[in-house]
Amino acid sequence: MERLSSIYLVGVFIVLYAPIFYLVYYSFNSAGTMYSFEGFTFDWYREVFCDTRLFIILLNTIVIALLSSAISTVIGVLGALAITRVKTKRFRNALLTLNNVMIVSPDVIIGASFLVLFTMIGINLGFGSVLISHIAFSVPIVVLMVLPNLEEMSPTLIDAAQDLGASRWDVLTRVVIPYISPGIFAGFFMALTYSLDDFAVTFFVTGGGFSTLSVEIYSLARRGISLTINALSTLIFLVTLLLVLGYYIISKQGAKPGKAGVRE
Amino acid sequence: MKRCAMQGRTRNIYLIPYMLWIVLFVVAPIALIMYYSMFNIDGAWSLENYRRFFTPVYLSMTLRSFWYAILITGFALLIAYPTAYLLTKTEHKQLWLMLIILPSWINLLLKVYAFIGILGFYGPINSFLRIIGIGSRQILFTGFSFIFVAVYIFIPYMILPVFNALEELNPSLVDAARDLGASPWATFRRVIFPLTVSGVKAGCRAVFIPALSLFMITRLIAGNRVITLGTAIEQHFLVTQDWGMGSTIAVFLIIAMGLTMIMTENGKLVK
Repeated sequence: MERLSSIYLVGVFIVLYAPIFYLVYYSFNSAGTMYSFEGFTFDWYREVFCDTRLFIILLNTIVIALLSSAISTVIGVLGALAITRVKTKRFRNALLTLNNVMIVSPDVIIGASFLVLFTMIGINLGFGSVLISHIAFSVPIVVLMVLPNLEEMSPTLIDAAQDLGASRWDVLTRVVIPYISPGIFAGFFMALTYSLDDFAVTFFVTGGGFSTLSVEIYSLARRGISLTINALSTLIFLVTLLLVLGYYIISKQGAKPGKAGVRE
Repeated sequence: MKRCAMQGRTRNIYLIPYMLWIVLFVVAPIALIMYYSMFNIDGAWSLENYRRFFTPVYLSMTLRSFWYAILITGFALLIAYPTAYLLTKTEHKQLWLMLIILPSWINLLLKVYAFIGILGFYGPINSFLRIIGIGSRQILFTGFSFIFVAVYIFIPYMILPVFNALEELNPSLVDAARDLGASPWATFRRVIFPLTVSGVKAGCRAVFIPALSLFMITRLIAGNRVITLGTAIEQHFLVTQDWGMGSTIAVFLIIAMGLTMIMTENGKLVK
């Protein structure tokens, strides 16, 4: 029984990781196909690094991800602060429901409806529309990450700060924000990964001239197999690993007790 | 008195950007989709799209999309539940869980792209079939390949909530059932499963709605053999430019989403 269960678990692991390693393995194939490994080569990587178009797309993707997650973190934190300050239960629940509607909405719906929205108000499709969409769909996840931190925060902390003469701005920047910083950080990270991962929404709201990595991979993959994609995926895989690892380490440190309010 | 007024004002200030976001990007888009669904392809106001939706072409497409989504959710649960259960029994379960979740962080498209190679005519699956004597066959661009890849993609999303539910389960309840003479199967059916049904529901919700709406798996893996609601929406919006019909299908997808949410809401419908 014990043996059988470990075989099952290992089996699931192999299946989950096999496609990724399959991609990585053939990214070194000089034959140019995803079968029959011929010889070892770095050609596909060289191609990735020499492709200026791909480099621009990569830059686009990173700029969009950083900008959208920074802005959505600000809006999301304000949203979480707003929700905790709402006293009527019905209004609060309504806000939370609307927040969740965005989270469970399928990407196609978000993409299609944003396309309609942007056409209606006359925003040109391109960098701007992609950035706005990424901000829009990242806000609710930031709210959800920050909210638990705010709710567990004791109101006496704020009272104490106010009694000691802190202005509202001081209370916010020196008491509340440091206290909820783990949530803010987690929210920012989630927004970052949402933005980097997104394909469907971007696909809808990007015009002809602007592309992100996901959209580019999709259009390349529709044309068939090209080992440049394999090389690119290997690089993305490594970056993802580093990101997750970094997040894990930082959140471990952030989880240590006794850091609330003592920043400087 | 002054402080109360001030608090009232700051509350409003926090609410302003958030409410703006809600109105602009949650309420307005859904309203616009509903509005557009009432215009036919010539831009005239009519309920023609809804009539078209109830013709056999669209109805059978919808039913097939639902059937695929049910199959995908079912298979994902079938694989994920034992995995989650066995994970809770391992020694370093948090580490194992993280390893299981890690592939879900990798861009979806890359994993789907990998399957173009794996399931391809010269890929490893077909070589294996050749070796065991079945002979190679077309796997890519079939309904099977779509279900297979979709299940692969969704397994981590199913494992996580089930794992969390199993972690909350009080182990002494299982011991009690065993002590009272319940067989392992009876313990599972009468104790473990009913107590983790909330996790199962959360997992089904996380899988079912995307399974109805993912369009790029169908495009890349299933060719044009499988058309889900998502594929149909993408087709109408970006290929045929019939936004009215696309919106109508989107309205039904939103309804399906709402129903799924209500049905999987914890402790309300099924108790």
